[in-house]
Amino acid sequence: MNIKSKIIFFLNRNIVNLLFVNNLKSNKKLFFRTYKTDKPEDADLLFKIFYDIGKYSLLMKRVFSKPDRWSVFRKQTFIEMDNLCLGSLGIVAIISIFMGAVLVIQTAYSISTPLVPLYTIGFTTRQSLILEFCPTIVSLILAGKVGSRISSEIGTMRVTEQIDALEIMGINSANYLILPKIIACVLLNPFLIIASMFLGMFGGWIVAVFTGAVTSNVYIFGLQSFFDSYPVFYALIKTSVFAFIITSISGYHGYYTRGGALEVGRSSTLAVVYSSILILLTNLILTQLLL
Amino acid sequence: MIEARNIYKYFGDKKVLQNISVRFEKGKTNLIIGQSGSGKTVLMKCLVGLIEVDEGQVYYDNRNFSEMSLLEKKNIRKEIGMLFQGSALFDSMTVEENVMFPLNMFTKMSKEEKKDRVNVCLNRVNIENANNLLPSELSGGMRKRVAIARAISMKPKYLFCDEPNSGLDPKTSIVIDKLISEITTEFQITTVINTHDMNSVIEIGDKIAFVYEGKLWWEGNKKDILNTDNKEINNFVYATELLRKLKK
Repeated sequence: MNIKSKIIFFLNRNIVNLLFVNNLKSNKKLFFRTYKTDKPEDADLLFKIFYDIGKYSLLMKRVFSKPDRWSVFRKQTFIEMDNLCLGSLGIVAIISIFMGAVLVIQTAYSISTPLVPLYTIGFTTRQSLILEFCPTIVSLILAGKVGSRISSEIGTMRVTEQIDALEIMGINSANYLILPKIIACVLLNPFLIIASMFLGMFGGWIVAVFTGAVTSNVYIFGLQSFFDSYPVFYALIKTSVFAFIITSISGYHGYYTRGGALEVGRSSTLAVVYSSILILLTNLILTQLLL
Repeated sequence: MIEARNIYKYFGDKKVLQNISVRFEKGKTNLIIGQSGSGKTVLMKCLVGLIEVDEGQVYYDNRNFSEMSLLEKKNIRKEIGMLFQGSALFDSMTVEENVMFPLNMFTKMSKEEKKDRVNVCLNRVNIENANNLLPSELSGGMRKRVAIARAISMKPKYLFCDEPNSGLDPKTSIVIDKLISEITTEFQITTVINTHDMNSVIEIGDKIAFVYEGKLWWEGNKKDILNTDNKEINNFVYATELLRKLKK
């Protein structure tokens, strides 16, 4: 078999797997092999990836359907905005202030030559915070805080049959539980990140002034120098995409939890790990596309 | 009336349900009994559609549930109330909010009407002054009663109870059993209860279906079950020393 044939064989096999992922449980013969199990753990890694993508896509189809009752959906969305976004304001504020402070110290340390003007400290801090630190690092922190919360909340509802109770009532449980969380975070996380940017710059200012690394006026002049609004737009786009990843991946892991407390913990860990990896991967792709 | 016709369910190579055909009558307390692992929970989940059957059909008053579209199934489910083994009350909601939840989702009642309906349901299950408590603040028996109140809030035609006595003391178990039986007669509901509690069988078993190794082994009522010669049933019914002595 030459290289070209091998590639075609590989693609064929996996496209067929993807298309027939729904038939996994009915033991249907998939193009090149038969799976005698409904446990994806028993299959190989590549199959597991396609299995999860298929399952995640089907879940998202259920999530993005019309809510059973708009008034209940609206109320749930506001509750989630309060729980997931406003409830994260404290941790975001602390992280941002310290991030800005450390950035100023590191930049001041790096600028040892008098040829580089001191306002560069303010400029570099602003650019680093807007372009990378606030949208990406804060989103990674939120993946830990919000992601584990969503996954464990939905996972616990699954193992205590609360999701079955919703289904028995004729409610689309995936839509009722996951969509308000996605909408809340996609809409409000950008505001959280804007607050984080300001607080980061403020943290930098405190350190700049109190350590004497640079004067207040020079630091503020640096913050205002060469300002372009596009990086802010880029950061907010990234934040919304990351918010979608955090909520949907965590929702997926929580929704398909099986077993008991141990599995809820496992789902929670997987949600944080997969969300973080996907955030880093998407960050790379979006940066290449948008900058 | 709920009817299962020739139901088969497989998990991989394992046959969990084999050719089960059974009919549950309206206004009666129908019991599915059997040992742990015999397939009675799977049978109940197949009846309500939480698990899809591999072969066979389920009928709700001659409406073929297995062949229905998602929307039709959704409409049938509004006629179903279910009491889960662990009560399955929503942790983040108070007792009142839990009972009001189906009303919020599916009715256009005013807030006052909904509150009245909630109070009627809670009074029916003898819960008073607990409207603002969270499920974590309730005892096991109270949780079950709130779950029953939630299940009957939409005036269901069909009520399913999955091991309603699990985790309860014998006295509270009888209270719950009698409550379910009374509600069944009062509202003319088709009630299906999944249990392995012999007290329930003797107290409220209008119709009993005994499931053994995934097959429907025996059908009858609470009088028949004590006098049957069926070996498997006798092993199940007289499993304890106390009952064996009573039989003698």
